[in-house]
Amino acid sequence: MRRIYESTVLRELLRPLGQIAIFVTATGAIFSVAMLLLALLFRGSAADRLLQENNHINIFAFTLTNLPQVLVDGVTLGFVYAAIALGYTMVYGVLEFINFAHSEIFAIGAFVGVEVLIALEGAGQLSSIPIWLAYVFLALAVIAGMAAAGGMAMLVEATAYRPLRNAPRLVPLISAIGVSFFLQDAIRFTESITTGQFHRIIPTFGNFDQRVSLVKLPLAGVVTDINIQIKSIVVIAAAVLMLVGLNYLVNATKVGKAIRAVAQDRPTASLMGINVNLIISLTFLVGGALGGAAGVLYALKFTRIDPFVGFFPGIKAFTAAVLGGIGNLTGALLGGIVLGMLESFAGAYLSAFTMGAAGAEYKDILAFAILILVLIFRPSGLLGEQVGQKA
Amino acid sequence: MIAKLKTTLGSLGEWINRGKVPYILSITGLVLSTVWVYFSPRSLPAFLFFLAMAGMIYYFKIKPVAKLILGLVVALIVVPIIGARNIFYLEVLFQIGVFAALALGLNIVVGFTGLLNLGYVAFYAVGAYLWAFFGSKQIFLLHEIPGTAPQGTPFLLPGDMFYLFIMLGIIVAAVTGLLLGLPVLRVRGDYLAIVTLGFGEVIRQLANNLDKPLNFTNGPQGITPIQKPTLPGGVMDAFNVILTPIVGQPVTEGQFYNILFYFIALLVAALVIFVTLRLDDSKIGRAWTAIREDEMAAVAMGIPAVKLKLAAFAVGASFAGAMGVVMAASRTFVSPESFTFMQSIGVLTMVILGGIGSIPGVVLGAAVVVVLNLQVLQEVSLYLSQLRQSDSVIPIINFAWKNLSNQLDPAKYQRLLFGLILILMMIYRPAGLIPAARRKRELKAAAVPDADNGTQEAADE
Amino acid sequence: MTKRIFAVLSLLVIASMMLAACGGGGASKTIKIATQSPLSGGQSAVGSDIKNGAQLALEQLSGPLTEMGFKVELAPFDDQATPDTGVANAKNIVSDPAILCVVGHYNSGVQIPSSEEYHTANLANVSPANTNPTVTERGYLEVSRIVGRDDMQGAVGAQFAFSKGLKSAYVIHDKTTYGQGIAEYFKREAEKLGMQVLGFEGTEEKANFDSILTPVLAGNPDVVYFGGMFDAAAVMFKQAREKGYMGMFLSDDGFDSSDATKIGGESLLQGAGTYFSTVSGPASVYEGTAKFIGDFKTKFGHDPQPFAAQAYDSMAICLKAIENAAKTNGNKLPTRASVSQAVRDLKDFTGITGTINFNAKGDLTEAKYFVIQVTSADPAKWSENKIDQILTLAPPQ
Repeated sequence: MRRIYESTVLRELLRPLGQIAIFVTATGAIFSVAMLLLALLFRGSAADRLLQENNHINIFAFTLTNLPQVLVDGVTLGFVYAAIALGYTMVYGVLEFINFAHSEIFAIGAFVGVEVLIALEGAGQLSSIPIWLAYVFLALAVIAGMAAAGGMAMLVEATAYRPLRNAPRLVPLISAIGVSFFLQDAIRFTESITTGQFHRIIPTFGNFDQRVSLVKLPLAGVVTDINIQIKSIVVIAAAVLMLVGLNYLVNATKVGKAIRAVAQDRPTASLMGINVNLIISLTFLVGGALGGAAGVLYALKFTRIDPFVGFFPGIKAFTAAVLGGIGNLTGALLGGIVLGMLESFAGAYLSAFTMGAAGAEYKDILAFAILILVLIFRPSGLLGEQVGQKA
Repeated sequence: MIAKLKTTLGSLGEWINRGKVPYILSITGLVLSTVWVYFSPRSLPAFLFFLAMAGMIYYFKIKPVAKLILGLVVALIVVPIIGARNIFYLEVLFQIGVFAALALGLNIVVGFTGLLNLGYVAFYAVGAYLWAFFGSKQIFLLHEIPGTAPQGTPFLLPGDMFYLFIMLGIIVAAVTGLLLGLPVLRVRGDYLAIVTLGFGEVIRQLANNLDKPLNFTNGPQGITPIQKPTLPGGVMDAFNVILTPIVGQPVTEGQFYNILFYFIALLVAALVIFVTLRLDDSKIGRAWTAIREDEMAAVAMGIPAVKLKLAAFAVGASFAGAMGVVMAASRTFVSPESFTFMQSIGVLTMVILGGIGSIPGVVLGAAVVVVLNLQVLQEVSLYLSQLRQSDSVIPIINFAWKNLSNQLDPAKYQRLLFGLILILMMIYRPAGLIPAARRKRELKAAAVPDADNGTQEAADE
Repeated sequence: MTKRIFAVLSLLVIASMMLAACGGGGASKTIKIATQSPLSGGQSAVGSDIKNGAQLALEQLSGPLTEMGFKVELAPFDDQATPDTGVANAKNIVSDPAILCVVGHYNSGVQIPSSEEYHTANLANVSPANTNPTVTERGYLEVSRIVGRDDMQGAVGAQFAFSKGLKSAYVIHDKTTYGQGIAEYFKREAEKLGMQVLGFEGTEEKANFDSILTPVLAGNPDVVYFGGMFDAAAVMFKQAREKGYMGMFLSDDGFDSSDATKIGGESLLQGAGTYFSTVSGPASVYEGTAKFIGDFKTKFGHDPQPFAAQAYDSMAICLKAIENAAKTNGNKLPTRASVSQAVRDLKDFTGITGTINFNAKGDLTEAKYFVIQVTSADPAKWSENKIDQILTLAPPQ
């Protein structure tokens, strides 16, 4: 971020949109082509024969007809990861520190949002409401989740990280792991003290569960309906909004300039009259709020949440952030999409290609293997790190 | 007020270590606590007192020979006797031994070399599955549905091979450590943490998934039964002949295995402590410290950083591998549930609590966490549950115990407690209960005879 | 430094002395029954309700023992779903002479190593939830269970699907001992019956089943079988419906929770519907079950999770066995071995999950499975679900 663009608002809004379009298309294309080539290679193999026997379809047609849906699922998952990864990358960019507790901040957002909706449902406000009101309520829940998560992130920073700011790198990281464990049980306690149960299920309302048909494609002789759930569209739209908004905040506002200054050189930034503590708090507020929003959207998409819900998405999102180049906002997006695609493809095709010997259960292993490979050959991620040049 | 308390305690501490006082104190303390535990074999305070006294031997200023003799008497004679009266104590001590060895292994990586490994439990899993595979019938079940075994399938290896497999566990785990280390040691600190976390998950998931196409691990069903080491002939009879009058009842074979595994864990843990102590004082240990303090400077001084980091990974892993074999044999069962991220964090908590880089500290940390988890938290929860079933009320506020929510049981808050320990230790005492390089500072304090508590505290930080 | 350590340790000693009240054994007329289940961590939702179910039974059914002059207490242990803690607790339990019976374990992976300790000490263990064949295949007198085995319940599912004239199945499980075990046997039985098994997948995923569902939809099987708990099953069923799958859903007794409809809603009723097999009779038919659910809700404020009813029965069996053993012992405290024997000797014990007889291994001599159809999207009407079939079968010898 050394070059500071002449602050044209429009550019900062359009650039990320362009990047998103490029990343999604490019990643999708690369994965699709690779998969189709693999399917061609597998023609006539034992896997092909088994598939013809069971599903009456050859492996190439199987791959092709499922491809659009796999891509849609992959993109959706990718945006979920990207939305969570933004919080990690934001904090890392400024402090060069892995906020291990981000997954619990995410969970807090999810719980607050869902509790708001449950309260609305309890008050009888959610049944048979007009569509627009459903979106208003969802927005309300998201905002509540953002506020709670952002506030909690700030609180955590002030109590558990700030006293350790000048300690060796391992020290705040271990403290963050501690916060993560502490919060898991704290959420469990608050949620279960009233009802004895600590999981929550998001109420069904609005039209989020419906699917809209995108296009009908004749693929390999079969007309396939490519459809997407409305809630997936909501998730994608919200993630895009968050990314663009964050990009704008960091690159085109005065606060953003201060954040970048603090990231680059804390003492000098302080000499320039920037309140370093305030800016770091703000970073946590923004990162936490993004995590909270992601949490509510996650609950909307996947229905059930518990206090440990953040752990795996958190790890994956972190992997995504590292994959793309941590501290780099666009990197988080790219990493998220690559990871989402990877999981989607692995889950959908691995079983058929290995004749059931290795199925979807290997997708996590694959994700971590990719992470290790990327780190060996590009130790600072696909797009490179963007943090201050510190010794 | 606090300062006054400190000076009082300080002068008390001085008095305790003067002349013959420590000898008298340690011996009477041990005898008293032993008697207490012996006569109330289910009393938690008695056992805690005993543990504290046994631990105190280390701190009394008595001759090393006397320390050694006292330690051996406690470990080899007293513990088996009170353990035969209550095998739970043997289990606690066994787990302290196992986790002390694990924590010491992790300490080499995190404490000595400064590389954060969040997937340490993977090496433990490697050791456990090694013996689980070769010490069970699994090799004959490669084509069976997970969890089933035809009648009369034989064991692959006899139980005696267990002792050989402790060695093999060391080697295999060390090799795994090298294999992990080779690719990932290039990545920097924080990335390393996340990569090792991923590695830990990968190993657990492999154990969970390798039940097809060939059934190597039985997947989530876990491998059972696993061979226990064969009892050396006549040892149990000898134990019974000599000790039945003292123990009060003859021990059965099942109970005797508890004593055997306690000894095995004790032996392995003692070996691990010995190796770690030697390493700490060696050239390698100093090189590790140099890497931890400033890798660039260390490399500039000609220290082969990558090789030494690999060595740290391998040595740390080997301890876990050995204990994995011991654990598999003692449980006769291994499943992926034992090797979760939570376990890795548990071991890390022991290291941090005790004192990162400090050998006695790490052992103390393991003991505290195990006792806390297995005994204190559970015992308090049980006590609360007992109160809840009674008709009594909390005095003053007149609140019936019956209405106390289950959610307040302390046993439920293990994660919360671990979390708090990690945070508070990092903020207030990052060096742990017993900070490393303690001796050096003691020497320094000894050189300045009038060093008061204040400066000593400053030296601690 | 020595001084401070000394100070810390001496404080510790003093504190431990003050704790002295907690320890110590009770009077010889006290009988304790332990429960072991995960009370903390992610699995504690089910684990706590195992404890709660047992506690309810103890409160309601300990009358006969109290009349004989015993004080009956519950000793709930938290096995944290890890074998290490489970085994340590087992040793703690074994060394407390007042404990005469253990209700326990949610995870077979914890039960198997822990029960080695109960076996050594002749302590009776009645399992409310461990379905793994190994649990009883070891032939320990001490270990009995009142749930069906994986190999039975899996077979029940397959036989049910076959009886409905379904030709093809896709099997998914949650990669736990429980879910995978049942799924494996479903697959085996289905293949034996001539059904086509289009796929067999395990996943630890609890939320996002998109990618796994792709091959399911491509194969379009007549039935999707899920081996595992409702929290994953209902989410998956919902997502599969939303993707347009219209065949039948089938699951196991881990699905028996009204929360399943809270998650799945209408999607469970669409298409060919949702069914699950369970040994616990539906409340609409069995008074005992209805009363249990009512009492449980009054006491603990929420609907029981799966296996709470089984825990209730396990505790009832423990109490009855202790009572019988005490009677034969002249109303004095029975030995552990006699309690273990008394558990096995129970004849036609009527519990809320059915009539219970144990065979020589400790399995039920015959397990009666209800295959239940989900008939309402309203969680409050869970107990009104319809019995579709009743299958009775004996465990393999």
